[in-house]
Amino acid sequence: MNLIFSIVVVLLLILVPLIGVGVLGLTSLFSIYIPYLAFSIFFFGLIYRIIDWARSPQPFKIPTTCGQQKSLPWIKHSRLESPASSWEVYLRMFFEVFLFRSLFRNLRADFDGKRLIYGSAKWLWLGAILFHVSFLIILLRHLRFFVYPVPEWIKILDFVDSFFQIGLPPIYLTDLLILAGLTFLFLRRLIDPKVNYLTHASDYFPLLLIIGIATTGVLMRLFFKPDIYAIKELAHGLATFNPTLPKGKISLLFYIHFFLVCTLAAYFPFSKLVHMVGVFFSPTRNMANDNRMRRHVNPWDYPVKYTTYCEWQEKFRDVMEEAGIPIDEDWCKEAQKQA
Amino acid sequence: MYNTGKVIVGIIVFIIFFTIPFWLNLGKVKALPKPELPKDETKCVEDTDYMRAYHMQLLHEWRTRKIRKMQVYYMNHEGKLYIMSLQRTCMKCHTSKEKFCDRCHQVVVTHPDCWRCHIAPEEVKK
Ligand code: HEC
Ligand code: HEC
Ligand code: HEC
Ligand code: HEM
Repeated sequence: MNLIFSIVVVLLLILVPLIGVGVLGLTSLFSIYIPYLAFSIFFFGLIYRIIDWARSPQPFKIPTTCGQQKSLPWIKHSRLESPASSWEVYLRMFFEVFLFRSLFRNLRADFDGKRLIYGSAKWLWLGAILFHVSFLIILLRHLRFFVYPVPEWIKILDFVDSFFQIGLPPIYLTDLLILAGLTFLFLRRLIDPKVNYLTHASDYFPLLLIIGIATTGVLMRLFFKPDIYAIKELAHGLATFNPTLPKGKISLLFYIHFFLVCTLAAYFPFSKLVHMVGVFFSPTRNMANDNRMRRHVNPWDYPVKYTTYCEWQEKFRDVMEEAGIPIDEDWCKEAQKQA
Repeated sequence: MYNTGKVIVGIIVFIIFFTIPFWLNLGKVKALPKPELPKDETKCVEDTDYMRAYHMQLLHEWRTRKIRKMQVYYMNHEGKLYIMSLQRTCMKCHTSKEKFCDRCHQVVVTHPDCWRCHIAPEEVKK
């Protein structure tokens, strides 16, 4: 059900530019206004998210710890698993963001007869890293459409990525890798019954959207070539805030690709994809495990009117004396002096 | 806001990263160079839209047919025959590699290695 819903939505999204550009001829809407709108939503939406999260108080200290915390000098401290200083937290974040360290620890639970056993499961890590790294490289390579003169490092990236020169124009390695990664991530949700049970439309939809973007891109690269010079004119105009419609004819496939990208951008701040900034705000990752060294004060705490023992004692003094309960005179005086 | 300093650094990094195209263009904006079209011819091998998008596939096809299948002529959609050759057909009309092919390829960033072996018209003249 979730899956079918997501497929239908993606197909409808593909239909939008087909009808909008193909039938109605609204080229400037689809190549100038919608992209600017979508990227504004992406931009301001994400900044809003960041500020919103940064304003949320952090009532408890809840770092995930899976190693020995810093204690006596002769006990070995596990720096990454139980960071005690901000420096160690930065290191841990670095490995998390760039290498997906916590996925690398992923386990699979299985039954061996009646015994529950755990095995290492690196597949999710592999699929995720393939997908994310390829995505990043593809984004950087796409700068060649937006920038002129193109800096040397983009040319080098492009050259290395098409190094094997299979076909003309040569296929990019990251294209193959991103498709492999996406296929795995998609099949995982379909085939593994546990994961499948947990998968909502909001998981299928972004995945299918990105699969749609990558597929249309690869189709353009290998089979249905668009006029890339015209696309460069368009994209360069957009990036320099001087948008012009190129004279050359741009194929519908490009509009589909572009519209899906715009959808992704506009959808980003409202979807699970915000984990891109969310990971930095994740308290289980970004807090140091220094509970014993520094007191964490709940920012929600407000001054509470409470009764101290001495005040209570004052109130019930006569009853207490009558019942023969000892009165703490000295201690209360001491406490008053200190206060 | 909590951790204001760090959050602001984060927002700045985010903004800079997603506006890279703008920064890289800043101060260098100029019109994209246009390839110089042949003056005494009016028609390419196939129609212009097709050539702009598909010329690399056409060249690929020519190369395969010429070298693997020993064919010599290519018939375009109007029934006109061309000898399948990079140097002797394309470069007869497009008399300059630098002013035609390269101008375009530098804009879209692609690096065909054809000219490592094939001889550009510029070099013939030298
Ligand atoms: C008969 C002469 C002739 C031959 C041979 C020829 N071209 Fe062309 N080509 C032209 C002309 C003339 C134009 C401009 C057409 C126009 O303005 O509509 C052109 C346009 C082009 C364009 C589009 C340029 C642009 O900016 O619009 C490309 C790309 C191109 N040719 C590549 C090639 C390639 C590759 C070959 C060899 C397979 C080739 N041409 C062979 C005459 C020729
Ligand atoms: C209108 C601009 C334009 C002109 C003129 C032009 N090209 Fe291209 N060329 C392109 C584009 C765009 C690509 C594809 C880039 C891509 O897919 O990323 C390309 C790709 C190629 C490729 C594929 C190699 C690769 O690494 O992608 C070859 C070969 C090629 N062109 C040959 C030529 C030759 C030879 C000429 C001159 C006769 C020429 N081109 C003129 C725009 C042009
Ligand atoms: C390693 C050297 C080399 C490279 C690189 C190379 N070629 Fe060639 N090419 C040859 C040789 C050798 C022939 C055969 C010439 C013959 O038999 O007449 C040839 C023949 C061809 C032919 C048909 C014959 C003719 O006269 O042109 C075409 C078309 C062609 N190449 C296109 C290309 C294109 C397009 C590229 C760039 C993507 C390219 N070649 C890169 C060496 C090379
Ligand atoms: C989320 C962002 C995007 C993703 C993931 C993406 C993905 C891809 C992929 C995988 C390809 C295959 C070829 C390659 O790797 O270069 C491709 C090609 C292409 N993309 Fe994108 N794309 C994105 C955004 C854009 C944008 C904003 C544009 C607008 C200019 C664009 C225009 C193109 C064009 C013109 C091609 C064809 C390239 C060629 O034939 O060489 N893409 N895209």
